[in-house]
Amino acid sequence: MNTPSSASSPPAWRIEPQGDRCLLVRFGDSIDVETGRLCLAAARVLRQAPLPGVTDVVPSFVTVAVHYRPAGSQGPRYPQLAAQVEQLLARGVAADAQAARRVEIPVCYGGEYGPDLDDVARHAGISPEDVVKLHTGADSLVFMLGFAPGAPYLGVHDPRLDIPRRASPRTAVPAGSVAVANRQSVLYPSQSPGGWNIIGATPAVLFDPAGDPPTLLQPGDSVRFVPIGPDEFKRLREAAQ
Amino acid sequence: MSLTVLKPGLLSSFQDGGRTGSQHLGVPVCGVMDARAHRLANLLAGNDADPAALEITLSGPTLRFDAPACFAIGGADLQATLNGAEAPRHRPLVARAGDVLAFGSARPEGGLRAYLAVHGGYALVPVMGSASTYLRGRFGGHAGRALAKGDTIGLRAALPGQPAALDRLAQALWQLRIYLPATLAPHPRRHLRVLPGAHWDEFDARARHDLLHAEFRVSTQSDRMGYRLDGPALAMAVPRQILSEATNYGTVQVPAGGQAIVLMADRQTTGGYPKIAQVITADLPALAQRGPGQALRFARVELDQAQQLDGEREDAFAQLQDALAPLRALLSA
Repeated sequence: MNTPSSASSPPAWRIEPQGDRCLLVRFGDSIDVETGRLCLAAARVLRQAPLPGVTDVVPSFVTVAVHYRPAGSQGPRYPQLAAQVEQLLARGVAADAQAARRVEIPVCYGGEYGPDLDDVARHAGISPEDVVKLHTGADSLVFMLGFAPGAPYLGVHDPRLDIPRRASPRTAVPAGSVAVANRQSVLYPSQSPGGWNIIGATPAVLFDPAGDPPTLLQPGDSVRFVPIGPDEFKRLREAAQ
Repeated sequence: MSLTVLKPGLLSSFQDGGRTGSQHLGVPVCGVMDARAHRLANLLAGNDADPAALEITLSGPTLRFDAPACFAIGGADLQATLNGAEAPRHRPLVARAGDVLAFGSARPEGGLRAYLAVHGGYALVPVMGSASTYLRGRFGGHAGRALAKGDTIGLRAALPGQPAALDRLAQALWQLRIYLPATLAPHPRRHLRVLPGAHWDEFDARARHDLLHAEFRVSTQSDRMGYRLDGPALAMAVPRQILSEATNYGTVQVPAGGQAIVLMADRQTTGGYPKIAQVITADLPALAQRGPGQALRFARVELDQAQQLDGEREDAFAQLQDALAPLRALLSA
């Protein structure tokens, strides 16, 4: 681990290769908002830097991936790129200065929209209403987008929402589902298999390949879930189509 | 200027170098499975850039040219014929309006993906900067799906319409001497070379030994997203939950059951399974040409060597591109 001497820039990181066309910068080993924000800030620094051959900069919970391509036998190689990344990060990534976008996501909780809400409440030892209150009561950070186009991982929720994933995953989770596990939420842009606990559904369109931008959310966004009823859900879903 | 699909084949989709630049939004890269065969086909069709080509899997389509075109075939030998006569791979060929290009089936151990490139490229609308088809997401390529009977695909470049001029062009192209650098020819590799993955050290000694010494087979549960391998179960010394992070083409990940999966072109951008190894870029074409039931073994190399091989191939492509200037001159005349 690299530890800069300046007391004002506490982050430490480790740069490692992932195959011959990608490097990972590792900032920690557990999910927390502080580490997540470091990854997001580092991703922003690296995306804005003129790094030769780099095609993608992908933040996740504790790492930032830098995907690159060679430009012939004299092109970018891991040692050179790693040195450049090290230099850029050493100039400082501590403060994620840029104000996050704040996005409100309407969610219809429980019933047919959230078949696991009661299970989650039972597991947490609180009422379903309180689960909704915990979920809508604080802003959540979009750590990363990942398992499908436009699919965000959000957190970190109240400790009472530290629920394990379902023992057996569903083969088809409906598009728009809002699901929780391990103090996090995921949103399903399209129907897919999934093992998280579904507590509600959003009528919002999370991914549109023809859109600019194509995704409703981006890494680093601040999300507030807003409770809506079934009528509002149907009205918004129709309006979105 | 277009192609009409008379028979679609098993799985034919348009793919280019991939949809890069949107992985942070969770958008898979997709793109060609065998980048070497794809680029070779494009260069031999007289393309300077590397536009989308038709990736043809196992059993190919039958296509009719509705206008004259120059094309080239790369990758596996799917026994292509033009109006019934053999259409050789790795050469620029000329089709007249009405000509029928028919692909047959892959030969055993002869690879399973062929690439059909046309001079000037296909008229496809890019999505997020790429014409690659994302089959699962149903966007990109032609209508976001594999070819279907009756599809008409536009071609961007026109060739001379008069038969005499077309004959002269075909003759001139046929007489071109084309030498493929050895680094760009397909090598049947018994061992796929790998680098250690992020969690290599956390796998137990037996798993690390087995990965480099046991034989694996491509299972029938294999597609453009990933190849599931049949072989010894691989275990971590102390199993633990892995946090989702970026994946690559060639990442060898191991879910709880211990059955290794190699992530391929349509992989998710991130994954939460432990990564034992990473197939080097230079050997991905050899992997992509292997089909269900075929055996493979892994051998460890160093990063420096992997990047040297990757870079040398880039150099060879640049040299071939220079050497093919006369071909492009003929086509632009």
